[in-house]
Amino acid sequence: MEISKIDDNIYEVPVGYRPGMRVPGRIFVSAALRDMVEPGTVDQVANVATLPGIVKHSMAMPDAHLGYGFPIGGVAAFREEGGIISPGGVGFDINCGVRLLRSDLGADSVQPLINTLIDALFQAIPSGLGATGRLHATDQQLTESFHSGARWAVEAGYGVEADLSHCEENGCMAGADPSQVGVKARKRGRPQLGTLGSGNHFLEIQRVEEIYDEETARRFGLFKGQITVMIHCGSRGAGHQICTDHLDVLTRAVRKYNIDIPDKQLACAPLGTPEAEHYFGAMVCAANYAWANRHIIAHWTREVFERYFSGSKLDLLYDVAHNVAKIEEHLVEGKREKLYVHRKGATRAFGPSRREVPAAYAGLGQPVLIPGSMGTSSYVLCGQDRALDLTFGSACHGAGRVMSRSQALRQFTGKDVKAALNRDGIVVKATSPGMLAEEAPQVYKPSGDVVDVVHNLGIATRVARLVPLGVSKG
Amino acid sequence: MPAPSNCNQMISFEYLEHTADVKFRAYGHTPEEMLSNAAAALFSAMITPSQVVAGESWQVELQGEDLEDLAYQWLSEIIFLFETESAVFSTFKIALLEQDGWDGTGGWRLSAEIGGERMDPQRHSFLCEVKAVTRHKFGIRKDDLWCIQVVLDV
Repeated sequence: MEISKIDDNIYEVPVGYRPGMRVPGRIFVSAALRDMVEPGTVDQVANVATLPGIVKHSMAMPDAHLGYGFPIGGVAAFREEGGIISPGGVGFDINCGVRLLRSDLGADSVQPLINTLIDALFQAIPSGLGATGRLHATDQQLTESFHSGARWAVEAGYGVEADLSHCEENGCMAGADPSQVGVKARKRGRPQLGTLGSGNHFLEIQRVEEIYDEETARRFGLFKGQITVMIHCGSRGAGHQICTDHLDVLTRAVRKYNIDIPDKQLACAPLGTPEAEHYFGAMVCAANYAWANRHIIAHWTREVFERYFSGSKLDLLYDVAHNVAKIEEHLVEGKREKLYVHRKGATRAFGPSRREVPAAYAGLGQPVLIPGSMGTSSYVLCGQDRALDLTFGSACHGAGRVMSRSQALRQFTGKDVKAALNRDGIVVKATSPGMLAEEAPQVYKPSGDVVDVVHNLGIATRVARLVPLGVSKG
Repeated sequence: MPAPSNCNQMISFEYLEHTADVKFRAYGHTPEEMLSNAAAALFSAMITPSQVVAGESWQVELQGEDLEDLAYQWLSEIIFLFETESAVFSTFKIALLEQDGWDGTGGWRLSAEIGGERMDPQRHSFLCEVKAVTRHKFGIRKDDLWCIQVVLDV
């Protein structure tokens, strides 16, 4: 069986492509990006479609590529009655996400100091393998971060109250159950609170290069030539271990509840069972930890900017999660239904009709933040109600890889990648320079092409394009 | 997964192509050797082994429902120790690997000694960060050689 184009930028994986599919798959790509979708990714979309209680379609966003279980860029929603929850649909890095800070500074004043600023940020924010935080969180603080996320961070003196309303879930999801976070996850998470991580995580100073929608940009507080700071990181070892521990439990649960899964990473449990509730409670802990983490890092970023640009502002535009399962109400065949929406490498993109959109952006839609790969453009989009019809209000999360790490290491060296970025005027500071090769811009799809699909489908519309001036990486 | 065919000149492990993650197969004439080589494959994805001087050791005791489950626990434990001990490893000696019971249905137990040293940012430069062992296409097969296939989340 073949996948077929059913509309501009929409391809269907028919029921029957793999045995046991309950719904069709939908892959949202342009004709140009279609060739970059590996057969394995299509298989993964089809595998997800076999899971019980799945509603409408198993979906893949325009940046979709091969993952483990769910494809990266995968979205699937399950009804409460007869549905499941799966850590495979969330990922190990629970609430890996992005926040964007907008300053009142222009690039002209910051560019001359870019080396100094990046150095200072590199010093101020621990990153890389083995990094432990400046925070030295206690056990109690760890529990509070699980319970209250960014809200705890504000109470502990990091960031301000006004930040919270500009954060998905106000920086704290309800339903945290710290008793479901094991000793190992606590042991990994505690020293890492307030660290950036490594790999494709980064802190980037950017310049607003292009405005596509003047009115929305004005409402979002963005202007051409403005300095912004993007922070991309997640729940660190706490999230990784929580996923590992609960995957163990759910691997046994599929046998207990007689669920046939085509891939072990799709281990799951029926909603309402103790196993499902325990995973959800622990997942929320990790999600909240990640929001606290990004909040702390943003606070230290503000401190650095204050040192060099006293009195300047660095407000939070928005913060989005791209690896999480949410309980959301959606219209399904004219009826409001409570669904468990899994987004694995996909960003929520809610339009103006949703109450979850911050009051500051009422009538517009939520900001959707799409980081570029290192050295390429990032984008700010505005979520639209059309997304609710097509993708349960979901968009891509980045550019999506096209080249494996081993291939990247054969073609590039960290030194060459850094030199090439320097030639483009981009300053890079990395804890592990050897890892830069794997994140060379060429290993990703062109971010503009991916964003085009999201814009053309009406899921989220382009507001601004940001270009990097300096990157701090683990 | 295809049957391993490198029995006569066995390679310890090999990396396979995967777009976003690290995928490998590790081999052994015995399950102990396979597990030791799997650990080496996991760690070699993070750091070149020659950078690590094995001056310290860590003891590991684990149990699993079956050999696959035990293998998953073993590899996950290495990541856990790497992070919580801030250590890098180069030797993985399986001292004991046995199955309980006599009818082939019992659980499995493993005890091992891992050799390595504490992380030193001056000498240790990392190739990637392994976040976790996935269960995607995770499996053990025995033909002429024991073979385990693993996809790591990096």
